[in-house]
Amino acid sequence: MKRLILALAASAILAACSSTPTKEQEGAAVEDRSGASASSQQQQKPQTQPTGPTSKPLESSSMSGNPLKDPANILSKRSIYFELDSNVVKEEFKPVVAAHARYLQQNRAVKMTVQGNADERGSREYNLALGQRRADAVKQAMMLLGAQSDQIETVSFGEEKPKATGHDEASWYENRRADLAYPND
Amino acid sequence: MLKIHKLLIVLALAMLPQWAAAQLRIEVIGGGATQIPVAIVPFRAEEGLPQRLTTVVAADLMRSGLFRMVDPGGMNPVPYEPEQVNYGQWRARGADAVVIGSVTKAADGRYDIRFRVMDTAKQTQIAGYVYFATESQLRLTAHKIADVIYEKLTGDTGVFATRITYVVRRGRNYELHVADADGFGAQSVLSSSEPIISPAWSPDGTRLAYVSFEQKKPVVYVQSLVTGARHAVAAFRGSNSAPAWSPDGKRLAVTLTRDGGSQLFLINADGSGAPVRLTQSSAIDTEANFSPDGQSILFTSDRGGGPQIYRIPVSGGAAQRVTFEGTYNVSPRHSPDGKSFTFIQRNGGRFNVAVQDFATRQVQVLTEGGIHESPSFAPNGKIILYATEVGGRGILAAVSSDGRIKQRFTADVGDAREPAWSPVVNK
Repeated sequence: MKRLILALAASAILAACSSTPTKEQEGAAVEDRSGASASSQQQQKPQTQPTGPTSKPLESSSMSGNPLKDPANILSKRSIYFELDSNVVKEEFKPVVAAHARYLQQNRAVKMTVQGNADERGSREYNLALGQRRADAVKQAMMLLGAQSDQIETVSFGEEKPKATGHDEASWYENRRADLAYPND
Repeated sequence: MLKIHKLLIVLALAMLPQWAAAQLRIEVIGGGATQIPVAIVPFRAEEGLPQRLTTVVAADLMRSGLFRMVDPGGMNPVPYEPEQVNYGQWRARGADAVVIGSVTKAADGRYDIRFRVMDTAKQTQIAGYVYFATESQLRLTAHKIADVIYEKLTGDTGVFATRITYVVRRGRNYELHVADADGFGAQSVLSSSEPIISPAWSPDGTRLAYVSFEQKKPVVYVQSLVTGARHAVAAFRGSNSAPAWSPDGKRLAVTLTRDGGSQLFLINADGSGAPVRLTQSSAIDTEANFSPDGQSILFTSDRGGGPQIYRIPVSGGAAQRVTFEGTYNVSPRHSPDGKSFTFIQRNGGRFNVAVQDFATRQVQVLTEGGIHESPSFAPNGKIILYATEVGGRGILAAVSSDGRIKQRFTADVGDAREPAWSPVVNK
């Protein structure tokens, strides 16, 4: 049953991936136009550019030029939120997962960590395992989209590092989360 | 006859880093069905000690909820020796037992502490011991005296001379504390800017295993309370958590995700060798706890849907589900006699401490209406220590295994959580 759900989720992501690149590339093209003049001054350029329209960092004196940190780049989106007792990557987060998978595919030397989290209710150790399951689900999806297993370590913080500290559903939702972390974050 | 009991106090605590830590105050709610009336006469010359022994003894016994203190004042002469005990008068005051004793300074500078427990009905001595203690061992000696009284009058092992460990969070700082079972003498044995969870005592009480996030992921460490030395024993790719000691102290059951999913493994407690996988499921298997005979392990698994408690032989094989009431049963811990286990059961939005008997499968829910976590038995099986919240702050609490007596431990500052009760050592 779980495998079936995972397989369905994965195929949904694949479907989303094949249907959404136009949108994302449009976004990238916007960045390209605004950032073109400053790109040569950037210290750290992305090692590889996606095929098709190339994306470059947005012009800004404070910006490092790292697409992972460019607020206008989808790669700067690092959090995937989950429903209660669920490790299914929801539709709205599939573009984020797909973008990071593609980044890893195009940057084979890059290694990163998916950090799973859980809300505060219940056993700390069981919540640690629930967070791990969410991290693993994100990794599975990224592997189906071209990332390699050894590029991604999945770990869990359980309920220990809440983003929101309230004790209501809004906070709990914030905390049922997987974060994508790169070494130089 | 006076039994001479030389106390060899190899006090690990004395060697711990002397970091100041907040004290815990304990508040008792409820009491035993019957409370044994005891008179504790201040020991001869104890007023000269930096710590009055009988004050600590009486506080221990009162906190258990199983004793009622009978006023020891106004006797003439004040009894310090058996022949000075007027049994008729003590019986008239309603005391079943009278505790008497004396303190003298020995030639080597230590204190010679003698005490006797006298039965007022039989007019006989039911216990008598001599302790030699240094000034720093006075509280421990008082706890040992309370243990003897508790044991002689209730028939159960006393746990006053044991310790507890727990995690305190203050803002972004996490500390692992070790305190006496009465909350005194709390010391920080580890301080970190990253979370610490799941401390577990080695069976000999000299080491703690715990999970630290200092490497930006959960890693299992073992730390000596004698030397303070610590080392990672499970730091594999992925998450490493939920350490549980085997009764011989040689192995740990841990939850590792290195093969994918959260699964139980056995590792050597010194971190040597390769982990041996114990469970083989596509579900979550975690929160292992060894049976006292070391033959089987209880754990939490959601292989059937929601989290339930299962049992598996240490040698591996098929796991058997043991909880069936409710949709969320987690955090199992065996009772010291191995006949039952405590765990957390969710009812609606509440998480309560429960006990289930292995033979009858009967479940008794011991707490109500709370968010209760991490239950662990006192080494005599009579008290269950757990974590809860009051006013948004984490505190420790305890409930007697019959549910009648509740205690609340409040720390001066910070959130207290993840408690575990030490084994009985130096007995």
